[in-house]
Amino acid sequence: MNVMHRFANPTRFLRLARVIQPWSMAVALVAIVAGLVWGLVYAPVDYQQGDTVRIMFVHVPAAWMALFIYGIMAVASAVGLIWRHAVADLAAKASAPIGAAFTVICLVTGSLWGQPMWGTWWVWDARLTSMLILLFLYIGYMALWQAFDDPQKAARAAAILALVGTINLPIIKFSVDWWNTLHQPASVLTLAGPKIHASLLWPLLFMAIGFKAYFISVLMIRMRSELAARRIRGLRLAYAAADTGR
Amino acid sequence: MGGYAAFVWPAFGIAALVMVTLLMTSLRGLRSNQAALDALEQDIAPRRRRPRQKGSNHDA
Repeated sequence: MNVMHRFANPTRFLRLARVIQPWSMAVALVAIVAGLVWGLVYAPVDYQQGDTVRIMFVHVPAAWMALFIYGIMAVASAVGLIWRHAVADLAAKASAPIGAAFTVICLVTGSLWGQPMWGTWWVWDARLTSMLILLFLYIGYMALWQAFDDPQKAARAAAILALVGTINLPIIKFSVDWWNTLHQPASVLTLAGPKIHASLLWPLLFMAIGFKAYFISVLMIRMRSELAARRIRGLRLAYAAADTGR
Repeated sequence: MGGYAAFVWPAFGIAALVMVTLLMTSLRGLRSNQAALDALEQDIAPRRRRPRQKGSNHDA
């Protein structure tokens, strides 16, 4: 809790962001390159799906990130609502476009996988529909930030939407268990452990680590940008008030 | 790729395009905001150094 309050200070947070960013970029680059080479060159083909199984190495990590980032956004929104930390509000705001991007990647790569395997680009089954709703939640969240002139009102409205939307996360995760879906059931994050072979699991994990490090890198960049914009707004307001008072 | 190249390569290509575009636009936004902040702070610094005028209300 003390750590959270420490980094509510924008100056302290910016110092941390400048330290983290180059390391997370390096980890992202190494992990993604390693995952791509392993997944595209060395990983075996699936006996049923052939080379389309390689789409898993972008589709699955993107799906994991789409859910993970929404969770981060919801936690940051809760912190911003409860403790009025501007840094938390801006963390949520900065995360949203990244989460939306991964959701788009997941949906598009899923369609590219589905067409040769299922014979269709899209079905309205529970998994795909709930992922599409996640994309709409991200877009709605970003639109709310733009809808208000007052950043504090925008942050509050957007935070409420983010928190209400968290109900979608367990729906997405358990959709393949609760309903009959064309989308396959979980094969990595199951109670009995991963069901896929190590030769496919390891490049998948490398890509997952790379995507996570990429998220941290882009989040740091976007938060630095948002904090600069916030400071610009503050300075302009302060000096407009000073000029009016003369 | 057993006839699946038309699906596999676009999947990786679109993922790369989205991620690189997001990174580039984020960096551009940061540079733009940082430049605007630096310009504003430079503009403000001379105002802070401006001396107070004699006989103004501030002296009361």
